[in-house]
Amino acid sequence: MVRPDMTKPSLRPDQTGWLIAAAGLSLAPHASHLPLAISALCLLLLLWRGLLNHRGAPLPSRSLLLLIVAVMASLVLLEFRHFFGKDPGIALLAGLLSLKLLETRSPRDGRAVLLLSFFMQLGQFLYQQHMGIAALALMGTLAAVGAMLALQGRPEPVGQRIRVAGTLVLQGLPLMVVLFVLFPRVPGPLWGLPADAFNRSTGLSDTMTPGDIAHLSESGAIAFRAAFQGASPPPPAERYWRGPVLSRFDGRSWHQGPTTRLSKPAYTPQGPAHSYILTLEPHNQRWLLALDFPASAPERIHTDNFQLLAREPVRERVRLALVSYPQTPVGLQERTVTLSEALTLPPTGNPRTRALGERLRTQVTRPEDIPDHLITFFRQSRLTYTLSPQALGEDDVDSFLFDTRQGFCEHFAGAFVFALRAAGVPARVVTGYQGGELNPVDGTLVVRQSDAHAWTEVWLEGRGWVRIDPTAAAAPRRLEDGLAAALGGEGRIPLLARGDLVWLKALRNQFDALNNRWNQWVLGYNQGRQQEMMAWLGLHQAGWQELAALMSGALGLVMAVLAGWILRNRHKIDPIDRSWLTFCRRLSALGFPRQSWEGPIEYTRRVSTLRADLADPVLAIGTGYALLRYGQNPADHALLHRFHQSVKRFRPR
Amino acid sequence: MLLWNHYPLIWTLKKAHAMPIHIAQRLIDSACQVILGKEHAVRLALSCLLARGHLLIEDLPGVGKTTLAHLLARLLGLQFQRIQFTSDLLPADILGVSVFDQRDGQFRFHPGPIFAQLVLADEINRATPKAQSALLEAMEERQISAEGQTWPLPSPFFVIATQNPSEQIGTFPLPESQLDRFLMCISLGYPSPEAERALLAGDDRRDLLARLPAELQPGELDTLLAAVRAIHVAPRLLDYLQALLTHSRESADFSSGLSPRAGLALLAASRAWALLAGRDHVLPEDVQAVLPAVAGHRLRTGSSGALSAEQLSRRLLEAVPLP
Repeated sequence: MVRPDMTKPSLRPDQTGWLIAAAGLSLAPHASHLPLAISALCLLLLLWRGLLNHRGAPLPSRSLLLLIVAVMASLVLLEFRHFFGKDPGIALLAGLLSLKLLETRSPRDGRAVLLLSFFMQLGQFLYQQHMGIAALALMGTLAAVGAMLALQGRPEPVGQRIRVAGTLVLQGLPLMVVLFVLFPRVPGPLWGLPADAFNRSTGLSDTMTPGDIAHLSESGAIAFRAAFQGASPPPPAERYWRGPVLSRFDGRSWHQGPTTRLSKPAYTPQGPAHSYILTLEPHNQRWLLALDFPASAPERIHTDNFQLLAREPVRERVRLALVSYPQTPVGLQERTVTLSEALTLPPTGNPRTRALGERLRTQVTRPEDIPDHLITFFRQSRLTYTLSPQALGEDDVDSFLFDTRQGFCEHFAGAFVFALRAAGVPARVVTGYQGGELNPVDGTLVVRQSDAHAWTEVWLEGRGWVRIDPTAAAAPRRLEDGLAAALGGEGRIPLLARGDLVWLKALRNQFDALNNRWNQWVLGYNQGRQQEMMAWLGLHQAGWQELAALMSGALGLVMAVLAGWILRNRHKIDPIDRSWLTFCRRLSALGFPRQSWEGPIEYTRRVSTLRADLADPVLAIGTGYALLRYGQNPADHALLHRFHQSVKRFRPR
Repeated sequence: MLLWNHYPLIWTLKKAHAMPIHIAQRLIDSACQVILGKEHAVRLALSCLLARGHLLIEDLPGVGKTTLAHLLARLLGLQFQRIQFTSDLLPADILGVSVFDQRDGQFRFHPGPIFAQLVLADEINRATPKAQSALLEAMEERQISAEGQTWPLPSPFFVIATQNPSEQIGTFPLPESQLDRFLMCISLGYPSPEAERALLAGDDRRDLLARLPAELQPGELDTLLAAVRAIHVAPRLLDYLQALLTHSRESADFSSGLSPRAGLALLAASRAWALLAGRDHVLPEDVQAVLPAVAGHRLRTGSSGALSAEQLSRRLLEAVPLP
């Protein structure tokens, strides 16, 4: 048996080039989350393979490859400590794809590379699902389809190959649309993702330590969007989106206290209502950030401190239809447990603030006036609102109120509640988001992480819980005009939250509107939306069986249309060519394929020397074709008839 | 099936065209008696002249370049001049010179050796670019300008130039723009062992040439030239020709593609080749047969490294499929 030559690649350089490009384009987007060492190794291997391809040099030996595999596996092990789960798996696959190229010699190896490339493009969606990723995946797909074409055909200019690949991808589009719209959806994610799939969410947390929210404010990421239906949204100063309510203070951080879960809100909604659709980005927590104070909603949990919670942590983007009543009085009859917790202070610490509270308690006769006096005190202290306050001393609150006098909203809220409690007025910190920016393009209100905020609630006899925002004392513009206006020229706020770049803002608004549509219609296309779509199509209560049947039918229809189109084009082949191609196919079956560039006379002459017994008919058909195709009298009917007959009768064995 | 077998004869049976094919066959037969074992090169050279093109023969010294040129002049019955190009050759040595005539007191133009129907420019790349361009201008314009007067060159006017491979010392290689003026560039190569044996055993070629009668009767050359122009070209063949041109321009294999002039040259040469093959229409095979000679010296290799003219043409041919 002859051993095939293992060192000489049988792939052409252009085919290998396409494979490298496809693998590179599939791997590049993963660089954002792969460990640096693995990304660097992949890049190195791809460059090495490119160089070998350029020089036509032989591929490295198997032992060297094994060594690299070992190095790569240990890098993965060093980084993740194990091989299980999404991150180590993707890292391993990325490395193996780069390595596979170094032993890719035959078209069969090439197809393995392409399969892996396609899988790596799917892998991107395990991390992110935004439009950019879809665009990158599309580019990778285009390159991979181009590589598939290169494996099949002759060398072609790159532009032409990409055009053909693009056409193929476009032809796949109808199938994709049918599958997307009709593939039966299940509620929740399609399969259980490993726990580490969710560890990247940013957002509020259930504790608050000075600096937390300032840190969050540096992120321009979108927290949620709200589309107000029919009416304009409430004015900026009334846009308080409620998150965790923090009533426990340990001297340093604020924590949530015990809450009771209710199936109905603990208040009766009153006053004007705002109804809106909230599209919440996943943050891996349960709170839903409704505008104060939401009416009863099915499937949601209310708490006794007026939060709205989901049953499960929000791990994918959710759409909620909500109605809020901002002027509802809440907590008129509050339980004593709650009130006593809203008065509790740690036994020691912050003596100066305690003294301030004590002074207020004795000097102000009516307890409901104490908050106003405290606000006046805040104003007179000339506190500065800043993202980067000076470091605080041992006693945070004292140090903020009396020494540094610089702080962000969490300093203001924390100190205000502390002082009120010291004065004997029940109070607590509420965190959430304040404000948001109206996108003029599609009219949605976009709330970013930079809008994160902390304010306070004070319980007053006869008025219940009243919202007081002490930040307003130092920086009233924070409420009206947003973070940028309040901070003035400070440089650390996210580029997109700054006010001075008008064109950038306009561009961002356009992009946000587009992104919102992407989220709503592509990523948010869940079971509910699918049902809506089916209802719109006149199919109510479609189960998965109906959907599957509809999908198969639609797929069949698309295939039939495509097949019809191809067949119609096929019929455009002129009958002389068709007979000729039939003839060539029959000779090819005998083991004499025509080279694509071979002319009829040359080909038939070649075949007739190899098969003398077929010489007569073969030469006759060849010359006939040549005469009909290139001769002076292409419409010679006798000749035409003779030619077709000869081909029909030509059935060699 | 009988219909097919006499296909190559169809044309000969047509009375009106019976002449050119016989003339052409006679020419080839005579030529092959002198140049042994080189039928393909002889056919190419004849096609080139029948397509009204100038011919460049590039090969090592002593393989029969000059003999082929002599032979063609002899066969076609053309008035012949030979100019040996050397490094001190001046344009006036080619074109002619005006001399003061004492008798009538006027300058009189003495035509140079270029005033002939077939000019053999031997070892053209040994002359300086100045002398080369004098010849090449005459080739293009088919007339000479001197002393403010133009002098038409004889008709038909052919130039057969020979050159040694440019790697040899003492050569001024022709620039691409001037190479383009030659319809074909062919080479002869060493003869096969049998041909060489016959050459060694046979008569001196010069004697043979001297004894060879002029093959064409007056007017027969014109008949042939007209017949070439009448060769039928099917739309399908033009499609193929255009596909070849387009590919040469778009493919990364070639740094520069074939010019429209090259396309016209390819078509004319294919017609002449078809006539020599005894057909009244051009087949893709004809185009493929002349392509290396017509396109080889015009194609420049692209990214794929140094390739010979033959390999480049092969690559171009194999990249363009026929239905």
